[in-house]
Amino acid sequence: MLAFLLACCTATAEETPVSYGRDIRPLLAKNCFLCHGPDADSREADLRLDVRAAAIANRDGVAAIVPGDAEKSALVERIASDDEDLRMPPADSGKQLTAAQIALLRKWIDSGAAYERHWALEPVRRPAIPTDPTAERNDYSRCAIDAFVSARLAAAGLHPAAEADRHTLVRRLYLDLLGLLPTIREADEFAADDRPDAYERLVDRLLSSPRLGERWGRHWLDQARYADSHGYTNDNERVMWPFRDWVISALNRDLPFDRFTIEQLAGDLLPNATAEQKIATGFHRNTLINTEGGTKVDQFRDEQVKDRVDTTGGVWLGLTVGCAKCHNHKYDPISQAEYYSLYAFFNSTADSNSVPPTIPAPTAQQQTRLDELDAGLAKLNAELATDDRRSNRQAAWEAELLRRRDERIAGKDTDGANANWTVLELDGKSGSGATIESLEDRSVLVGGENVAGDVYELTARSPLTTIRSVRLEVLTHDNLPHRGPGRAANGNFVLTDFWFRTGDGRDLRFAKAQADHSQPQYDITGAIDEDLESGWAINGSPEGGPNHDRTAWFVLAAPLEVEDGHALTFTVQHRAGPQPYNIGRLRLSISSQEWRDAPSDEELTRLVATPREKRPLAQQKRIDEAFLRGDTKLAPVFATIENVGKMRDGLLSQVASAMVMRELDKPRDAHVQKRGDFLQPAEKVLPDVPDALPGFEPSESIRTRLDLARSLVRVDNPLTPRVRVNRLWMHLFGKGLVETENDFGTQGSLPTHPDLLDWLAAEQIHQSWSTKRMLRLLVASATYRQRSEVRGPGTTADPQNRLLWRQNRIRVEGEIVRDLALSASGLLSDKIGGPSVFPPQPDGVYAFTQRAKNWRTSTGEDRFRRGLYTFFYRSAPYPMLTTFDAPNFNQTCTCRDRSNTPLQSLTVANDASLVELARALAVRVLAEAAADRTEAATIEQLFRVCMVRSPSTAEADFLAKFLREQRTHFDVDGDAAGKLSPGELPAGVSTAEAAAFVATARVVLNLDEFITRE
Amino acid sequence: MNEHSDNSQLQRSTRRAFFSDAGLSVGSIALASLLGRAGHGASVFQRGAASQRGAASQRGGILAQPHHTAKAKAVIFLFMAGGPSQLELFEDKPLLRELSGQSTPASFLEGRRFAFLKGNEKLLGPNHSFARYGKSGAELSDLLPHHRAIVDDVCFVKSMHTDVFNHGPAKIFMQTGSPQPGRPSMGSWVSYGIGSEADDLPGFVVLQSGPRGPRGGSALWSSGFLPTNHQGVPFRSAGDPILNLQSPLGIDRDSQRAFTDAVNGLNALRHEAVGDPEIETRIAAYEMAYRMQASAPELMDVSGESRQTLEMYGAEPGKPSFANNALLARRLVERGVRFVQLYHTNWDQHGGEESLEKELPLRCREVDQASAALVLDLKRRGLLDDTLVVWGGEFGRTPMGETRKPTGRDHHIDSYTMWLAGGGIRPGITYGKTDALGFSITDKPVHVHDLQATILHVLGIDHERLTFRFQGRDFRLTDVHGNVVSDILA
Repeated sequence: MLAFLLACCTATAEETPVSYGRDIRPLLAKNCFLCHGPDADSREADLRLDVRAAAIANRDGVAAIVPGDAEKSALVERIASDDEDLRMPPADSGKQLTAAQIALLRKWIDSGAAYERHWALEPVRRPAIPTDPTAERNDYSRCAIDAFVSARLAAAGLHPAAEADRHTLVRRLYLDLLGLLPTIREADEFAADDRPDAYERLVDRLLSSPRLGERWGRHWLDQARYADSHGYTNDNERVMWPFRDWVISALNRDLPFDRFTIEQLAGDLLPNATAEQKIATGFHRNTLINTEGGTKVDQFRDEQVKDRVDTTGGVWLGLTVGCAKCHNHKYDPISQAEYYSLYAFFNSTADSNSVPPTIPAPTAQQQTRLDELDAGLAKLNAELATDDRRSNRQAAWEAELLRRRDERIAGKDTDGANANWTVLELDGKSGSGATIESLEDRSVLVGGENVAGDVYELTARSPLTTIRSVRLEVLTHDNLPHRGPGRAANGNFVLTDFWFRTGDGRDLRFAKAQADHSQPQYDITGAIDEDLESGWAINGSPEGGPNHDRTAWFVLAAPLEVEDGHALTFTVQHRAGPQPYNIGRLRLSISSQEWRDAPSDEELTRLVATPREKRPLAQQKRIDEAFLRGDTKLAPVFATIENVGKMRDGLLSQVASAMVMRELDKPRDAHVQKRGDFLQPAEKVLPDVPDALPGFEPSESIRTRLDLARSLVRVDNPLTPRVRVNRLWMHLFGKGLVETENDFGTQGSLPTHPDLLDWLAAEQIHQSWSTKRMLRLLVASATYRQRSEVRGPGTTADPQNRLLWRQNRIRVEGEIVRDLALSASGLLSDKIGGPSVFPPQPDGVYAFTQRAKNWRTSTGEDRFRRGLYTFFYRSAPYPMLTTFDAPNFNQTCTCRDRSNTPLQSLTVANDASLVELARALAVRVLAEAAADRTEAATIEQLFRVCMVRSPSTAEADFLAKFLREQRTHFDVDGDAAGKLSPGELPAGVSTAEAAAFVATARVVLNLDEFITRE
Repeated sequence: MNEHSDNSQLQRSTRRAFFSDAGLSVGSIALASLLGRAGHGASVFQRGAASQRGAASQRGGILAQPHHTAKAKAVIFLFMAGGPSQLELFEDKPLLRELSGQSTPASFLEGRRFAFLKGNEKLLGPNHSFARYGKSGAELSDLLPHHRAIVDDVCFVKSMHTDVFNHGPAKIFMQTGSPQPGRPSMGSWVSYGIGSEADDLPGFVVLQSGPRGPRGGSALWSSGFLPTNHQGVPFRSAGDPILNLQSPLGIDRDSQRAFTDAVNGLNALRHEAVGDPEIETRIAAYEMAYRMQASAPELMDVSGESRQTLEMYGAEPGKPSFANNALLARRLVERGVRFVQLYHTNWDQHGGEESLEKELPLRCREVDQASAALVLDLKRRGLLDDTLVVWGGEFGRTPMGETRKPTGRDHHIDSYTMWLAGGGIRPGITYGKTDALGFSITDKPVHVHDLQATILHVLGIDHERLTFRFQGRDFRLTDVHGNVVSDILA
């Protein structure tokens, strides 16, 4: 191929002037810039050749380049030298210039050595549309795209292929735009539509399908490195699907790409940002989180910020900014300082190797219901407020409580009335070598090593089969400092995380937590928020000091069902500061009931003993609630409030928490990092874009992510429009006009059709960044509609089809393999969005992971959802997706591989979930077959459901013969037939017949054509 | 496998009959060469025909010729996941024993970051006796008695050091040259560079033993940005070694043959119609898949090994263990597999439950015999000359104790021990030295990137020249570092 391109170059070199961008810069970049380029640190002999002024500068009477005189140029002398010691590039670099290349450089210098900026950094222009050599061909040339393509083909002596037939076109459009098969009826309707704009009508119909957002959303999610788990060793689950649904919805409503960009990079910074706009910022929350023991938060936060910079550079700019992490970029104009100026944009968000910040992400339905409940609550609360005699009654009630204080018997369980607690027998283990001793009252006492950030794992056998609430009592003890209950010097502790795991691998996190006392700034909710920086502590109490027994209650969102005696392992994680803040003694109880805050009289008496003006808010609230529950007049109202509140809590616990970006009040400083090491900060930098891009207007204020986002989609940004349109092109044609779609720098490949790329980039802005309009333009072109057969002179002249003399055949992505099988089987669910699902997967997937994942295989509709809804564990992705080249999404993926391996064959042939679909396909075709339909017609139906086109005679005969042989086989082997055939047979079909059809359907699903977009 | 070969003649004729009965002409595509073993020199695992990046589409690897003469054809990396303690196994430090329980001199701690240590820990002497063995006089503790038999075949590198101190990142660093997930694994680089000689097995296979998978997960055998057909294929030790290896219920071996023939026959017709060579690759892939359904279980079934061999490893057929996997590793390289990663987990002796006293000896018992057996078995079969065996973890352990009960050791990245044997490595030497307490290297440091460069070197690959252009940079296994440790080459 290279030879072919070079041949083109030499052939045209005679007539056309040498172009710096096309001919010279690639040569210099490849062979010279490493030592004579933009990076001062690796520059040799203080000579740089990437800047004209430096290259032509007179250095002691010689200049590397003397414009107009190659023979006087030192560069020519050195590259053409016979002396191996003098010749450039040096032999040990492994680089070498050919005679033709040297001639080219001579010619360029002789003609004046004109430099141009790198093509991708030049402003986008809108080139004139060339004269189309195929203009007379009325089967071709439908738009400007075709003029550009056929002009280039004509120059190479090639012709575009003819338009594909209607059945190929309709399947192509469905696969490309929706990722699903058309039904035979839809296909035939289009084939029979003789209106001149039949094709455009079909395109418009598909562009308005909500399936478009799923298909094209998936492409974007690759770039967003979307996954449903944290990655690294522990790879815990995360809730990220609200972001995925935002992407689908944004594409379906054709949110213009500039808005699409701004909302994802900085939606939180928009004035009056909506919840949706905040959810969009999940884009950069797709970074990994490491929860392995002994990790340093600062290290992984730094990794996350760098990943955001690299991803932004690759996705929008098509630049390899990551190269400038440790040193100035060797080839492209990005200095190390500029890299860290980009870093500075992302360095001040509130997340820190953590799940928070999050916001609730209710569905539309949930939001409506929440609004209703809130309105109801407001009305009820107003009723409480309008009772002007209430305060008198409450004062009397409180006085009565205190008067009766001494009459009561002490020692009653403070919350025994609300839930039947079962105390657990704990077996404890400390992550840092502390001892954990069980006491008679089933509490555990911690002793020995006292290391900051200790993690206790407490295991118990569950005496209950339903668990809804957990009670944690922290208790004083004589062995503890100041009697504890903590092991800090003052007896306090900081509990940063509390959750548990079932013996079968389910991670349970609590929806609600309450404590009888929380220290200011250390609320109990800090123990359940998946943020290791926040936590629960107990100093600052009304009684004074931390040294009192305390109780905290935790409630699960829904009851958990376990087997009797099932293992429960509670994780009690403490703050990892300079000093240990570990709990010293604790006891755990569980209840099958939902705990609710209803203090006993004894507890209430203790609460009201504090004078009203000294009571913390939470304490006053508990007193008020107890009063209202007992007040004859207001109790019915309050009961309703509590019921509505419970409904609201129930609803809220089902609402997803979306991980979002949030800016810190006070930005963090950013520094250049020596050798890319965050432990070696050098000079401070402010947020800014590289000089090579259009800069900001001067301003006093510090730039934000919003400024960055806006600058990426400025109409004069040379990169974003080109990079964006190139990727859209890549999905529809198999590869980009710039093949290195993620490198538009000097090391990337040059566009095959530079004018077309620019015209499209300009057109995209002209179309106000509408994705749907651009897709429409692309698929309407004759270039897109060409046949894809590998035939004709192009096969030898341009085997890689760079000049687009035909369409490319494209093997679809793993998700789409599944979607096509689902749509062929008729089982496909049309539900859009929501939590990710768990289709069946083979056994043994977790043999190589740290811990088995809880793969709760979906039932019902969720078993048959589109591939993009499959739950994605980074450490052990759904095997079929990986087999078909889905990456692990540990970093951005702008272009997937398309390999072709035996493991793929094994998957489609044998995977239970695909065999299940083959069965459904067979049943469907058999059931649809009219009673009088011939076997041949049924086979044709089977084939067409999958391929749309009719089988050739040879193919039909082949399948018919296979079917007959299988029927004979299964007639004999009834046992095998029973195993393969579907559970429920269509009326009048024998088991052997059904099994033979399943076997035949399985063959069709395994054909190359089935998973190929022709 | 045998059963299969007995039937293959019959099956071939059946296939021919099938095609001619169906009146098919397979025309331009030489179906026989696509379906048959003969004439199909390279495994389709190495045929990146679909690569979008213009990369390896040659048969075998991307390199037409090795960069220099290769000494080794295959690598078995015995990865002791968690970080075995060099101070209990390979490095006798009398001074450390003498000073055990005393404070660590501050100069040793300055500027170092540790995963768990706080800085006030005391030195910890080893609780095992050491002696010198073999002609080479290599130092071993009493925890590795079987190693005594191989000391003269092995090169001990006492001066390994690495960059990162958490398990996941450090393992990923050892396998990919970068601590962040996303780069290609060493096995993928090798497969990409020189392909594989395995006909019906993947060129890069991963095995695992111990109670859990290695930290770092699939990033350890990921092909990163290389074409995905170079990724490591995990072989499970129980059940099917490869996912989806079993035909569906109701499909026996003959039916699967008929299925494969039907798929390939129809694909051949399609190829004739559209001419895309990609379809040929798909046909070859289905044929290979069919063969793997027999060859992979055959590989995993060690019951045919002699009793003597099984005893030598301590392997029991059907029982997953490190010993079984070590034996499988030999069977894999015998069949032409290029790179075997073998993980054995739980070497993380911080103290407490993960104690140096109880857990470490258990780990040693699990691997000692089979590690030695592998070297001896390869040797007696004449395979050791061109098979490189590497033994070690992602880092070592600290000379000072980690305060748990009982005391253990934290992760140590500044000095630790690994060993190499066979495939172009000088046998019977000890390379590199550490100071009297085992904190720092005093002579001939070997960085992880150096080890990687050396492994590639014995395979005939220059680590600086096997590169892949990704995101504008020519990436390589050793990043921008690494020197071949030529002193340990044979």
